[in-house]
Amino acid sequence: MASEVIRVCGLGKSYVTAAGPFAALREVNLRVEAGDYLAIMGPSGSGKSTFMNLLGCLDTPTVGDYILVGDNVAHLDPDALARLRNRVLGFVFQGFNLLPRMSLRDNVALPLVYAGVDQDERRQRALQLLDKVGLARFADSLPSRISGGQQQRVAIARALINRPQLILADEPTGNLDSQTSEEIMRLFGELNAEGITIVLVTHEADIAAHARRQVRFLDGHLISDQLTAARA
Amino acid sequence: MIRPMLGEAWLAMGANRLRTALTMLGMVIGVAAVVIMLAIGQGAQYAVQQTIATMGSNLYIVLSGSFTTSGVRSGAAGGPTLSVADAEAMAELDGVAHTAPVHFGTRQLVYGAQNWNASVIGTTPAYLDARAWTVARGGAFGDSDVRSATRVALLGQTTAQNLFGEEDPVGKTLRIQQSPFIVVGVLAPKGQNLDGRDQDDTVIVPLSTAQRQVFGTPFVGSVRMIMVQADSAEAMPRVADRVESLLRQRHRLREGQPNDFFMRNLSAAAESEAATTRTMSILLGAIASISLLVGGIGIMNIMLVSVTERTREIGIRMAIGARQKDILSQFLLESVMISFAGCLLGLLIGLAVALGINAITGMVIVISGSAALIAFGVAATVGIFFGWYPARKAARLDPIEALRYQ
Repeated sequence: MASEVIRVCGLGKSYVTAAGPFAALREVNLRVEAGDYLAIMGPSGSGKSTFMNLLGCLDTPTVGDYILVGDNVAHLDPDALARLRNRVLGFVFQGFNLLPRMSLRDNVALPLVYAGVDQDERRQRALQLLDKVGLARFADSLPSRISGGQQQRVAIARALINRPQLILADEPTGNLDSQTSEEIMRLFGELNAEGITIVLVTHEADIAAHARRQVRFLDGHLISDQLTAARA
Repeated sequence: MIRPMLGEAWLAMGANRLRTALTMLGMVIGVAAVVIMLAIGQGAQYAVQQTIATMGSNLYIVLSGSFTTSGVRSGAAGGPTLSVADAEAMAELDGVAHTAPVHFGTRQLVYGAQNWNASVIGTTPAYLDARAWTVARGGAFGDSDVRSATRVALLGQTTAQNLFGEEDPVGKTLRIQQSPFIVVGVLAPKGQNLDGRDQDDTVIVPLSTAQRQVFGTPFVGSVRMIMVQADSAEAMPRVADRVESLLRQRHRLREGQPNDFFMRNLSAAAESEAATTRTMSILLGAIASISLLVGGIGIMNIMLVSVTERTREIGIRMAIGARQKDILSQFLLESVMISFAGCLLGLLIGLAVALGINAITGMVIVISGSAALIAFGVAATVGIFFGWYPARKAARLDPIEALRYQ
């Protein structure tokens, strides 16, 4: 039996707004096994972004528990959360989010700086991962010199550098054309085949179709959780 | 950890060079002002110490008073109101270390084919003690020489150079006013006094000899000046009071009658010159602190702008695992680096200006390591103090908000 990467029990998040308290997320329960490939879907305001932020340890829930690889992170302090983001998670964003003044190699190596890895190893591992995503020849270029699809591959290399157990991708193909999107999704497929758990947020059905499981949110509730019918 | 952060701070500074340079300007001016202030201030201190050291410390000069003949007033040291006996009586006072009666004037000195006009000082051996003047070659004359009015002379360095050139003057005979004098010693160099006069351009002879052979004073035993040295700087006001009352008593001056002598405090003259320079230093210090303050506010301002501009970057860094203290130290390091760079530049400019002042005006400057240390201490303090608030603001950003920031 595969081990559990994510277990969410009775998770809720509410905000205090000028109009009174607002529950963005209510009573969410979810389990994700290691090696799973999950797509989260739902319209804007359905609570899927809030859920992603909680999964990504960028935010803490109001109620409920979130157990990430055996640790309950619901009540950790900001430094402990930062440590989890650094060691256990890898983020891939819609807007790539590379730092514009740094070379691609330094961008990929940046998480290792916060992990306290020394320079030689940082450079070596960054180069390895750039090679894995097929961009080693651009190692010393700035992000602005390469295309959007290439930037997203560099961002994936950055997400992978600290050997995470879980990759969280927030609309990773949202800024890309369909052909490039396919390439990125193929890369995610390969990573999943290597055993990395992937959680993907998207509103495009054909992107979600790459995942093994699809979860839908509406008005802060998790309304459906089903296996993808036919994989492309 | 610190090395990649230094690199990043450098990149961030380089990303907007003009802005970084302008931000530094306040620091540059402030530190330059600090360096110049210290160089001039310490220079003045040094110059005063030197002057006092060559002049002798804790000295009073008592000059004989003026007299009036047919409406013509003679001016200070014009009349023979002071005597050797006055000097001897003063030496007995409590708090007085040395007294030396002095008679002086400019006379022509002749040695072989050379002649030279120098200041001739007739005095007692105590004069050398009071002025802390040592003999470089040969020996000094003693009290017995004064008593028996022997014709011996001590030469200052300049006089020795001009009359004897490369020759050793000790044991040679020179003539002052036709009278032969044997050179018994050459004095150590003293340099210039406060007025810029060469103190080494002199010849010292026993007081009695000077009066009889050189100046031909009509009142034997009267002198134009008495040098009085107090035990310590603290004793000076006390000594001044005692000397004054002693002289009034000895000269039989009644209540209400003006003094027939003048007292001058030599150290005070040097001090007042130092005070002028110190005022200038304080002015520079004020400029320095104001521009450091303004410079620091400038750094804070730019760092706040920088934090806002880089909100998204901060969000990304937080998402990939930067802790609050990582973000804090990154921005703090950046402001400290700007501050240090400005400081280094200010240090160089300050040194250049100080050396320039020295070259153009000849004002004494002292450049010490402590100036650099103070400047760098100030830079670090300003960088940390004014960088703290923006850095803390950056560190406390909510990662979700920061990532969403466009």
